[in-house]
Amino acid sequence: MSAVLDDHGHAHDHHGGYGGIMRWITTTNHKDIGTLYLWFSFVMFMVGGVMALVIRAELFEPGLQFVNPDFFNQMTTMHGLIMVFGAIMPAFVGFANWQIPMMIGAPDMAFARLNNWSFWILPFAASLLVLSFFMPGGAPGVGWTMYAPLTVQMGMGMDLTIFAVHLLGMSSIMGSINILTTILNMRAPGMTLMRMPMFVWTWLITAYLLVATMPVLAGAVTMTLADRHFGTSFFNAAGGGDPVLYQHIFWFFGHPEVYIIALPAFGVVSQVIPAFSRKPLFGYASMVSATTGIAILSFIVWAHHMYTVGMPVTGQLFFMYATALIAVPTGVKVFNWVATMWKGSLSFETPMLFAIGFLFLFTMGGFSGLVLSLAAVDIQLHDTYYVVAHFHYVMVAGALFAAFAGVYFWLPKWIGRMYDETLGQWHFWLTMIFFNVTFFVQHFAGLAGMPRRIPDYPLMFETWNKISSIGAFGFGLSQLLFLYIVLKAIRSGERAPQRPWEGADSIDWTMLPTPAPYHTFETPPLIK
Amino acid sequence: MAQTAYSSTPQQHYHVPQPMPWPIMGSAALFLMALGATFVFNDSSGGWISIAFGFMILLYMMFRWFGDVIRESEGGKYGAREDLSFRWGMSWFILSEVMFFFGFFGALFWARVMSVPDLSSLLHNEMLWPGFKDLWPSAGPGFAEKFTPMGAWGVPAINTLLLLSSGITLTYAHWGLVNNQRGKLNLFLFLTIVLGATFLGFQIYEYGHAYSELNLKLTTGVYGSTFFMLTGFHGFHVSLGAIMLTVILIRCLSGHFKSDHHFAFEAVAWYWHFVDVVWLLLFVVVYWL
Amino acid sequence: MRFVWPRITVSGLLIAMLAGGAAAAALASGAAEAAPWNLQPAASKIAADIHGLHEYVMLLVTVIFVGVFAFMFWAIYAHRKSTGHKAAHFHENTTIEVIWTVIPLVILVVIAWPVTKTVIAQKNTANPDITVKVTGYQWKWGYDYVKGEGEGISFVSTLSTPRDQIEGRAPKGEHYLLEVDNEMVVPIGKKVRVLTTAADVIHSWWVPVFGAKQDAIPGFIRDLWFKAEKTGTFRSQCVELCGKDHGFMPIVVRVVSADDYTRWVAEQKKISAAIADDPNKSYALDELKARGEKVYAANCVACHQSTGKGVPPAFPALDGSKIVNGPKSVQMALVLNGKPGTAMAAFGTQLNDLELAAVVTFTRNAWGNRAGEAIQPSEVKALRK
Ligand code: HEA
Ligand code: HEA
Ligand code: HEC
Ligand code: CUA
Ligand SMILES: [Cu+2]
Repeated sequence: MSAVLDDHGHAHDHHGGYGGIMRWITTTNHKDIGTLYLWFSFVMFMVGGVMALVIRAELFEPGLQFVNPDFFNQMTTMHGLIMVFGAIMPAFVGFANWQIPMMIGAPDMAFARLNNWSFWILPFAASLLVLSFFMPGGAPGVGWTMYAPLTVQMGMGMDLTIFAVHLLGMSSIMGSINILTTILNMRAPGMTLMRMPMFVWTWLITAYLLVATMPVLAGAVTMTLADRHFGTSFFNAAGGGDPVLYQHIFWFFGHPEVYIIALPAFGVVSQVIPAFSRKPLFGYASMVSATTGIAILSFIVWAHHMYTVGMPVTGQLFFMYATALIAVPTGVKVFNWVATMWKGSLSFETPMLFAIGFLFLFTMGGFSGLVLSLAAVDIQLHDTYYVVAHFHYVMVAGALFAAFAGVYFWLPKWIGRMYDETLGQWHFWLTMIFFNVTFFVQHFAGLAGMPRRIPDYPLMFETWNKISSIGAFGFGLSQLLFLYIVLKAIRSGERAPQRPWEGADSIDWTMLPTPAPYHTFETPPLIK
Repeated sequence: MAQTAYSSTPQQHYHVPQPMPWPIMGSAALFLMALGATFVFNDSSGGWISIAFGFMILLYMMFRWFGDVIRESEGGKYGAREDLSFRWGMSWFILSEVMFFFGFFGALFWARVMSVPDLSSLLHNEMLWPGFKDLWPSAGPGFAEKFTPMGAWGVPAINTLLLLSSGITLTYAHWGLVNNQRGKLNLFLFLTIVLGATFLGFQIYEYGHAYSELNLKLTTGVYGSTFFMLTGFHGFHVSLGAIMLTVILIRCLSGHFKSDHHFAFEAVAWYWHFVDVVWLLLFVVVYWL
Repeated sequence: MRFVWPRITVSGLLIAMLAGGAAAAALASGAAEAAPWNLQPAASKIAADIHGLHEYVMLLVTVIFVGVFAFMFWAIYAHRKSTGHKAAHFHENTTIEVIWTVIPLVILVVIAWPVTKTVIAQKNTANPDITVKVTGYQWKWGYDYVKGEGEGISFVSTLSTPRDQIEGRAPKGEHYLLEVDNEMVVPIGKKVRVLTTAADVIHSWWVPVFGAKQDAIPGFIRDLWFKAEKTGTFRSQCVELCGKDHGFMPIVVRVVSADDYTRWVAEQKKISAAIADDPNKSYALDELKARGEKVYAANCVACHQSTGKGVPPAFPALDGSKIVNGPKSVQMALVLNGKPGTAMAAFGTQLNDLELAAVVTFTRNAWGNRAGEAIQPSEVKALRK
């Protein structure tokens, strides 16, 4: 992903300035910034993944073996926060940076300088998160949802985490404003909204969700900060506040957030499946409306995370119906993908394998989501490992698989070299298998009653946890293969042809050389 | 660079700025300030130094960054396409600000409509909070001291008038700019800033009054919390707006902006109007009802 | 560029089968203990309803899943490029798109109907026979029988699994982490309403076999109900992250016959009468220390540890603490009222005067602390407003 060749020989004023490390620090080029996002995200994935392995190691058998309960909670919290805000979201912003300008025929992002800032906030925010481990009392052990009033009991690490969330939010908001503006204002002539590749559409909607919800999260953690230090009573009943208020505000952000994670993944898959089916995306218009529909619904379903807080029955029912309704537009998407494959001319290179893996497993995660959406049933399942299984199916097999698909799919475009197909296929199968070994059994543990966020558990859950822990280590090791494949492609991959994927037909493939030059579309192309 | 160029004919060259170190400087500044604040809040030493250091870097960075932007703008680097980008960007930014306030208004709504009535329900009276009544303003069942809520028709009403008139003066200033009446522009812009500053002065007075005479504090239960956080963040936004207006005034005085090309002015004006609307909402739901 | 997908894919499938087999084998070996993989057998009608719903929904979604992916795998099999399949060019079809929007909608309505009935039933806590208030503390549960037979009974229920088992120094017992010193006891066939609340942070009270789960929120009362249809002892755990020992605050409910229940109530009354502490009596230092050690073990060790060294900096050491070695009134007030915003709870609401006096005396005379002075219950009583 690094070392993008510039084979436009022309002298150009933007090349001056910095070399070496300073090039990456000061760059205003969307491709450089995309690369930075992607590497950052991978590093965070490793960090978050190692925390997951600590969790899984401790849960390998009953009893306390490696870590104390306090530290276990810190691991869970930081694993969730780092994976969501550090690994998955930046990965897709990385794709957005690389692809959106190329896909809509723009010279760069609308605000290239701001773009640099959006990225360069992230490492500092991540440092705050990591620093919290070194504060007295350690990192907060409150879960990534940071429910009040447990947050009030935490030490300095909590404050660092709050500020980290502020910074992450700033980064997301600035990045999203950039993406929105780029898509709305930088399209080449003839690139109407309804001609944009699906990936661009999903990002348009995602960026909107981010701008609308990240500030709400910032508000929630700001109130937490005030309750901690300034004696306010937002979440304190004695002062007339309510701990549950925090949950409402958090989930008002939190539920759209899960679609912020999912929608760009849908976008990647909507590029990959047609390409390897050699057939246009089925139901483009309905894909656009389904995406919009999901985004709108996502604002009125948040309390399905709160069926056990004691809402009135009308609340339970309203949120249950609204939540279940999301199955309809999501179903439309699933059906459209399958219909795209139907009667195509299918081939199964690594990106396609990951896309199919995504489709299969994400749908399973969607169905477990549907089970959870039913308030009566969720009473049994809330805060058990069933929920953990659900969200890893949609976030790991969903978003992460789509991210892998995207990297394999676009890597040739970015670096002009192919990855090793055989190894890619190995990576897929290992990932696929170990993923299921890790997380499928968690459904059983959850149904049988194992609570989440516990460092130790009753004996009856031992079998499932053993299997899950074995799977997790296998899954983690398999990801080293991914790193190797990418590095190998960059170092010594075969030269990629102009259009390695026969069926890929967006303008980044058809109108640009491979690898994509450092500056693209300085004069806008005319889209037929 | 006619305004009609927006979408019909494509602009040939979109301005992509030079690489520059300002963003990472800003990040480092924010990092230092966050670290410093954490230390200050937890009574550890050294926090203020870190904050001050970070703040200085932030100021320097803004100075340089905005300097570059202004130079580019005055150097004619921004055409209609860039201008439209700025408009989109600013609009989305204001949406994000709206959503930030939305969270705090939500908290106020929740306290008034859900938690205070709930805490004073029969069941809660019987089991946890004997005698607590559903009256707003409320500082909650565990709050023993007496306090006086802030009335709407004194200082807050004056402040409403001040902000509303500042919206009008700002529009006059804009007309001045559009019609190339620089004197009118400068005068009304100046007036706007004066009105904004007066508003802030009154708000400071009001806070002092609340603390010293009404026994109304940030710690006065959920009423105090929502009152000070909402009005406080609003006041913070007014301050930012006033600073930005001042920068614009300085630029106007040094002859920047053209009658058909002055988005910086408009952006600040949008921001000011947004702050204005937030105040109206505050006035109605925080002070009045 | 040609890709050799089938070879790899086939080997992939082989690995999949192997891994599946391995998992199954692991399962079978574990299955000697019969790892539970489904909802626990219901002991109330609501729970039975929930299980029915769960099965019904699982059946529906399995059918949909198999249907959808039958198409996909058929396409993968039949429309491969490698067999020379040529791509068709269709890319929309309004009829089918309407169909696959409407059918899921209809399915959802079909699902929603019975679920709605269960939700309404779950929420109906009216007209209970017995009302019990359950309070979540870090990290134990307090039970107060507030109405119905047994009114006035009140006790605290703490994990009774020994530390040695948790830390692997002793073999784990059958009910590892699911056993408590005082079980909640209810009669069979009676509608029990549980009022949940908490003293510090949010906890969540759950008994799976009753299909009953409700968060316990500090400062608020929430409720749930169940009517047990089986006698027996039912076990579960706190299910809302509540800090360090969230995994160590089980819930155990014993359902007994009406007669046994009456007997249990009588017994409890007798016990509480017998141990009714007289706050006006004076006790000797050693008496207080002995009693205090027990109170300390039940209430304070979770944080301050049996060594009195705490887990700094989150939980301060009491051994050598300035407060414990300082003026007694300061320490009494602290234990009585807690320290808001920290895990240090107000024990005034959980312990009686004698217990408080005893535990404070104990801490002031244990480990390296040498106050040598007894604190009498009357002193605590005086400090209470
Ligand atoms: C990528 C992220 C992602 C996505 C896409 C989803 C998607 C969905 N989620 Fe999930 N969810 C999370 C991430 C995500 N979730 C996370 C992180 C949590 C836990 C947070 C925490 O507590 O830490 C969570 C928790 C969570 C809960 C709370 C559980 C609890 O704590 O008790 C619920 C309850 O309703 C829920 C429901 C759903 C539903 C209904 C969908 C739907 O969108 C799914 C829709 C898809 C389908 C249904 C499949 C395809 C459809 C068809 C093939 C059509 C035909 C189908 C039918 C007619 C049924 N989720
Ligand atoms: C998209 C986000 C995402 C991703 C990708 C993951 C990935 C993983 N998660 Fe996830 N998880 C969350 C989001 C995510 N998680 C969230 C939001 C929570 C809730 C937190 C909360 O309750 O507050 C959670 C909670 C959670 C729990 C429950 C913890 C608890 O309740 O106490 C568990 C337990 O098994 C778990 C496991 C895993 C595993 C094994 C992986 C694996 O997929 C990770 C694999 C990756 C690696 C292992 C790193 C790469 C490899 C190396 C660095 C090489 C070294 C490896 C070896 C030596 C083997 N996670
Ligand atoms: C849930 C955890 C928890 C339990 C249980 C607990 N404490 Fe504490 N205790 C704390 C915390 C946290 C503090 C520190 C408060 C602070 O920040 O000042 C504390 C502080 C104290 C102090 C002051 C120590 C010092 O030097 O600052 C005393 C004395 C004390 N506790 C006594 C007790 C007694 C007696 C009991 C049992 C009846 C008890 N605690 C149970 C968490 C707990
Ligand atoms: Cu109490 Cu978890
Ligand atoms: Cu959700």
